[in-house]
Amino acid sequence: MTSVSVIDELKKIQILELLEQGKRIDGRAFDEPRKLVIETNAIPHANGSARVRLGDTEVICGVKIQPDRPFPDTGDKGLFICTAELLPLSHPTVETGPPQPHVIELARVVDRGIRESHMVDVSQLVIEKDKSVIGVFADNVVVDYDGNLFDACSYASTAALLTSKTPKWNWVDDKPQLVEGGETALPISTIPVSITMGRIGNHIIVDPNGDEWDSMDARITITTDSDGNICALQKGGSDGFTQDQINQCGEISVRAGAKIREILKEAQKGSQ
Amino acid sequence: MGGRDATMVLLDENGIRCDGRKIDEPRRIMIRAGGLKNADGSAYIEFGNNKILVGVFGPRDVHPKHMSNTDTGILRVRYHMEPFSVTERKNPAPSRREIEISKVIKEALEPAVMLEKFPRTAVDVFIEVLQADGGTRCAALTAASVALADAGIPMRDMVAAIAAGKVADTIVLDVNNEEDQAGQADMPIGYMPSLEKITLLQLDGVLTPEEYKKCVDVGVQGCKIVYELQKKALTDKYFGKGGD
Repeated sequence: MTSVSVIDELKKIQILELLEQGKRIDGRAFDEPRKLVIETNAIPHANGSARVRLGDTEVICGVKIQPDRPFPDTGDKGLFICTAELLPLSHPTVETGPPQPHVIELARVVDRGIRESHMVDVSQLVIEKDKSVIGVFADNVVVDYDGNLFDACSYASTAALLTSKTPKWNWVDDKPQLVEGGETALPISTIPVSITMGRIGNHIIVDPNGDEWDSMDARITITTDSDGNICALQKGGSDGFTQDQINQCGEISVRAGAKIREILKEAQKGSQ
Repeated sequence: MGGRDATMVLLDENGIRCDGRKIDEPRRIMIRAGGLKNADGSAYIEFGNNKILVGVFGPRDVHPKHMSNTDTGILRVRYHMEPFSVTERKNPAPSRREIEISKVIKEALEPAVMLEKFPRTAVDVFIEVLQADGGTRCAALTAASVALADAGIPMRDMVAAIAAGKVADTIVLDVNNEEDQAGQADMPIGYMPSLEKITLLQLDGVLTPEEYKKCVDVGVQGCKIVYELQKKALTDKYFGKGGD
């Protein structure tokens, strides 16, 4: 995705020319995300899971929930950790080996959006204070790439968490003991939605597809919560935004996020 | 990066913060251009209790060669914290946090540097955090801009950076370590004042849409203060202390 060929340059020019006429290369409105399809409980071995298609980008998220040791300074809180990985089958340019900086950024931005919204109420995930807590791990794997992995991974994680069942453990003989049949829904306080926007020339577009992703001057990912507040943000790409554009992106993220949140709620209802 | 004192008053009734600053007042900032003999350009910044050294090399040959680009020069940035820079010793190997910060600083600097003038070459920016006290990425970006200018690399503008945030339900400028640990939101901003472009922007913490706009604005105004100090550092080096 870093190599630039003549075809890419031609495509960039075409995308920009279309935007000047108010059109996108796949016919969407500027503030319109691609079709989002969510299949929950796709992986029955996980405590919660989701298979998400955002256009032709596909991500599978599995949530595993298990007892863990708390961090030394937060013995009264459970753990929440979200990761993301690009599988080699997702795109011809993806190689195995240690994660590249852009994959590390992806995982950290997805984690930050969900963490900063306080979606998972970790204060309710304590088995024995300072000794044992419940760890919630949301691991995302990208299986097909067509741009905007930030939102696809975020939706997959959120859908998987919304439909997760956490087992119950009691503290017996200084160790956690599983309570059979004690599963309950995870304590959820809000539904975060990340909206990634690209800037091409002076145009801001929501949910860039693969071709648009390669043509962007800069991008911004903004996560909003159920109250319509902004809880995390990351700017990326090799150029900047004006202050007006940053404000505009904030407004778009609240508006577009509300619509995606309804789709996530439907997916949650559908799994019950 | 540090413990949190639950009894600390973040903002008193007179609008004074835990370290005695007003809400729109940055910490003490000292920037020095140059200082390293071998680097092509360098800078040192003290930003509150942050102490950061930046060295720049290039434009120079690219190794490994496959990284080079025939159309443009490339910028490489390494942000690194010394093991002794924080309260508990930090593992010297680059963490995922450091890799991410290196990437966002690189992307914040790229719009400022005229890399297209130097195809097939690399400009390397090495950022060493000697002491960290909250807001290191902003201080590092500020110093890196000065070091690039000190190296004589053609630039469109310098990137100035500072964080805005929400502490005790108030939007404040330049969040320090205590405020970051206990505060409600932290928004680092990198801004090119002459081009009026935001090139670094991150946020963690909850803000209403109105607070979000205010926060961006407070940060942008703060960057303009930092920008003057960057220019002064370069003026002091190249035109003597009385140059401005």
